[in-house]
Amino acid sequence: MISRVAQLRWLVVGGCVLTLEVLCRTGIIAPQVVVAPSIMFSTLIEMILSGEVTTNFESTFYSALTAILISVMLGISGGLLLWRVSRLRRVLEPVLAAYYSVPVFVFYPILIALFGMNDMPIIMIGVLFGVVSMIVNALNGFDRIPLVYLKAAQTYKLSAWQVTYLIRIPAALPQMMTGFKLTVAYSFIGVIAAEFILSTSGLGYAIAYAYNNFETRAMYALMLLIMIVVSIINVCLMSIEKKLLTRRGVI
Amino acid sequence: MKSTQKTTRKFDSLILLAVFVGFWSLLNATYGSNAIASPVQAIERLVRLAVHGNLLGHMAETFSAYAYALVLAIIGGTLAGMLLGLHKMAGDVGEPILVSIYSLPKVTLYPVVLLIFGLGMSAKVAFGFLHGVLPIAIFTIGAIRQIPKIYLKASQTLQVPHQKYIRYVVVPATLPEYFSGVKIGVSLTLLGVLIGEMFGSQRGLGYLLMKGIELNDTSLMAAVALVLLTVAILIGVSLQRIDHHLRR
Repeated sequence: MISRVAQLRWLVVGGCVLTLEVLCRTGIIAPQVVVAPSIMFSTLIEMILSGEVTTNFESTFYSALTAILISVMLGISGGLLLWRVSRLRRVLEPVLAAYYSVPVFVFYPILIALFGMNDMPIIMIGVLFGVVSMIVNALNGFDRIPLVYLKAAQTYKLSAWQVTYLIRIPAALPQMMTGFKLTVAYSFIGVIAAEFILSTSGLGYAIAYAYNNFETRAMYALMLLIMIVVSIINVCLMSIEKKLLTRRGVI
Repeated sequence: MKSTQKTTRKFDSLILLAVFVGFWSLLNATYGSNAIASPVQAIERLVRLAVHGNLLGHMAETFSAYAYALVLAIIGGTLAGMLLGLHKMAGDVGEPILVSIYSLPKVTLYPVVLLIFGLGMSAKVAFGFLHGVLPIAIFTIGAIRQIPKIYLKASQTLQVPHQKYIRYVVVPATLPEYFSGVKIGVSLTLLGVLIGEMFGSQRGLGYLLMKGIELNDTSLMAAVALVLLTVAILIGVSLQRIDHHLRR
């Protein structure tokens, strides 16, 4: 059972794809600029079947996954720290507000010096991209915990650790989920962008390679692959979030 | 009372700056100037760039592209967000599409942007716009949707005309949330412009940065990074000021 909204959404997406297909097939958009969606798709299938994509896909996925894990752990503990030490928070707030305007690729040479020539610098760029939205949203979540919860904790004489694990983190969970969604997206963006600019492996690198060698078909096929993977992850996360919010009785 | 708070904040900022410079020097001392230039080297290089190199020219190039992209992103994002936010059906259909596009790595779209706009200013502006417009649109939709229904009912009861309803109810109720989107948009637009300059440009701070990375010229990298960090913090402080003002 698909809702009317979802039907309409597929109609809009399908309409866009179809329009692009027609524009490309009739030559209004030159094939050197954008290839037809059907060609993107068939090229992608060919590339998957020939195993051309597999290694790059695995390395990107592994890097992004590690980056997400590190970001989440660092983000939650960083959020707790800043929430506790309000002086630190006041000083860092402007840094957090404009954080995303600094291209973190600047730090790549330093990261190579720190971690060596392996996957770690790429992963760390993913972390640098992803961690801040986790920190900010964890902070927001801690800010919004109803005072009643903490009073109840006092009544039950919970220790500081128990308050953190039993009350603060669970109570901030919906807000943290929003942060987690962004962290997943940003970690992927960071890893793929770093591969695109700096690396010699991964999907981002494969796209840059295809672009530099005028392999327009392969380039679009890889972009399509990334789009599909990210969309699937998004849909999964959204449904998890919805379940979480429903259980809390927010929706 | 308030003035002592201000002094502590200034004092804390100074401590932060000292920690930052100390950490930087430590990295330099541990890994050597081939990996990371020292703060002194960075500032020397910056001065040299300003005097002999065309630092101001590069900065003007970057920030004019940034200004164009930002204006376009704010106008486009606000209009799209209002359109989708005020019509429930359009919003339900459109928002998830916007969110998926937002979470795509847009760097990979750079070849397409270059193919369409060619090298130069327009590609940079387009790329900055692409980064900035989506968060503004998404947050605007969210801002309009979270207006409590009771506001609309109250204004209907009081027979407030539509224009006044927008002016005195919708705008003030949405402003803080809308501004959160603008904040992200302001940051990401600059990032987009800089990334744009890193590939398809012969001018601008992004180009200097890429040159530094390619030649492993660490003092050039550090000098540009210093400029960017300073600008980012200035932007951050002013955004934070406006934000506090709006939320009061």
